Amino acid sequence: MITAAVPEREDYLNVSHGLKSWLLTKDHKRIGLLYLATITLFFFLGGVFATVIRIELLTPGGGLVSSETYNKLFTMHGVTMIFFFLLPSIPAVFGNFFLPMMIGARDLAFPRINLLSWYLLVVGGLFALFAMLAGGVDTGWTFYTPYSTTYSNTWVIATALGIFVAGFSSILTGLNFIVTIHRMRAPGMTWFRMPLFVWAHYATALIQVLGTPVLAVTIVLVFCERVFHIGIFDPALGGDPVLFQHLFWFYSHPAVYIMILPAMGVVSELVSTFSRKAIFGYRIVAFSSVAIAVLGFLVWGHHMFVSGQSLFAGMAFSFLSYFVAIPSAIKVFNWTATLYKGSISYATPMLYAFGFIGLFTMGGLTGLFVAALGIDVHVTDTYFVVAHFHYIMVGGAIMGYMGGLHYWWPKMTGRMYPEGWAKLSALVIFLGFNLTFFPQFILGYLGMPRRYHTYPAEFQILHVLSTAGASVLAVGYAIPMIYFAWSLRYGKVAGANPWGATGLEWKTASPPPLHNFDKIPVVTHDAYDYSTVVGEAVEVG
Amino acid sequence: MTEHIDSIRTYALVLLALLVLTAVTTLVAFVDLGEFSVVVALAIAVCKMLLVALFFMHVRHSTKLTKLVLLGGLLWLVILLMLTLSDFTTRGWIGVPGR
Ligand code: HEM
Ligand SMILES: [Cu+2]
Repeated sequence: MITAAVPEREDYLNVSHGLKSWLLTKDHKRIGLLYLATITLFFFLGGVFATVIRIELLTPGGGLVSSETYNKLFTMHGVTMIFFFLLPSIPAVFGNFFLPMMIGARDLAFPRINLLSWYLLVVGGLFALFAMLAGGVDTGWTFYTPYSTTYSNTWVIATALGIFVAGFSSILTGLNFIVTIHRMRAPGMTWFRMPLFVWAHYATALIQVLGTPVLAVTIVLVFCERVFHIGIFDPALGGDPVLFQHLFWFYSHPAVYIMILPAMGVVSELVSTFSRKAIFGYRIVAFSSVAIAVLGFLVWGHHMFVSGQSLFAGMAFSFLSYFVAIPSAIKVFNWTATLYKGSISYATPMLYAFGFIGLFTMGGLTGLFVAALGIDVHVTDTYFVVAHFHYIMVGGAIMGYMGGLHYWWPKMTGRMYPEGWAKLSALVIFLGFNLTFFPQFILGYLGMPRRYHTYPAEFQILHVLSTAGASVLAVGYAIPMIYFAWSLRYGKVAGANPWGATGLEWKTASPPPLHNFDKIPVVTHDAYDYSTVVGEAVEVG
Repeated sequence: MTEHIDSIRTYALVLLALLVLTAVTTLVAFVDLGEFSVVVALAIAVCKMLLVALFFMHVRHSTKLTKLVLLGGLLWLVILLMLTLSDFTTRGWIGVPGR
């Protein structure tokens, strides 16, 4: 095992130089890094909006910004975080980088389309950015009609077009993954030898391809009504506003699984690697991803219990929502069962995996609360819902993202991050997260509505706690930014397989050569067969 | 998978069929069939869709997997329409106090 970097060894980073070699690259690994840079910028932007929101909510009077500005702030926070950070995050960065490597391929099936999809995200992002700089948009990330089509005087169309374009980025990424998984597996890499990360991305890709076109159609319809006054959603023009919500949530509920399924895939890798055991019930976990993708399309009406949707449909959607919880619960139980008698090490990625399991469970269970028709009438549009989805999207998806970032950092860069600092920041993030969002469950249950910047004085203490937590969380996210940058130069040089993991991505050098493998691997074992890595260096425990 | 190429004649006939169906759609629009005008218009549209998919998009000679993809897409469209209609058509079924 070579652990010191031989200076002249050629890898995907030093094979060519200059801006052009990056902007015109067809290498899935470089495109993954382009995405990483892009979404990090959007994460920062979304974070700035969140900061202003939390500062505003320190006091009940709402003195810092006007109501109009506040509406724009939470809209732009949601739009940025969902469409330009979380939806692309794990699939476009780690999926791009590692999905081909994990199945023993040299690249994705369509490298040019892969590059195109990055450009589409950038162009969409620029549209949205333009709208924000030109004056912002105030409809909420949900763009409900007829407000968005008739009454809002803000930059609805520019923002919606940005989302439209970014949607095609998502579709093309999904398409690329599906074709790659079908056609590019290395010899011996059967479907049931694929890592669960790949299964999770297959399921995600199905949602991207089947769901996102409906979002695109919906945006076009909003455009037609807002610009040409063709009556589709506005009752005054003969439309039906609830139709918008059907179309929007047909995409946007499945979209929440575009955000969480890839994180579940990461967690499967982490739990296996750091307990040195195969995932308990591999096939069930693999199928549960596909089950989530399919069932996720049947529950969207649970966002519409108080929208004027018929009571019958409300009951049906409430009932169906309970089914989608089953495959999610299967995963949680199977990860837990994997830990049993495992040889567990508490490296930073594993800390994030633990964070994911606990916080996702809380988010998922409160999902069942809000899926219950009767309870939801009480808590809908309150901070309870805000807490529910932040437990899943920040506590779940971003924990998975951070875990993956630490896990694969040595592979992507060839350098280790500083373990002590990383553990510290994982802890800070966990504490900051809970301090930010747990009080919001209580706030919401007591009746604090979402999307208001003034509130009764008795809610102040909980809001102050939440803002305090957000400050801690911000520190937690800032520390990794610093040490990751630091590690690029000063980090310990990483070997090919620092964790003793089983995936094919660890069977090649760190950082990998341009075409991933010197020789295409032939797969003879199941995923997570630790007899294949006996004696390989484990550098961090 | 062998590439199968239809003859020019087939393509011309399909094109002709599409044009005729378009004309029929337009003509039917002038006849008042009550509720059935939507049914007829959609039925013609489905025929045209099938012609385009089967001949112009070569689905007729495609692999099973490609056909499955097509059917999957159609099934998802059905889900979208059915569950949306499960709201729209049942709004009078169960009364809601205050509404
Ligand atoms: C697994 C990942 C999940 C994510 C990322 C997620 C995300 C979200 C988001 C973003 C919203 C708020 C939408 C808005 O702006 O109004 C929301 C609301 C909701 N979620 Fe989840 N959710 C997830 C899982 C679940 C599950 C498993 C259930 C129940 C089976 C569920 C039930 C609901 C319901 C009923 C609402 C609507 C509540 C209301 O508006 O009154 N969610 N979720
Ligand atoms: Cu939902």
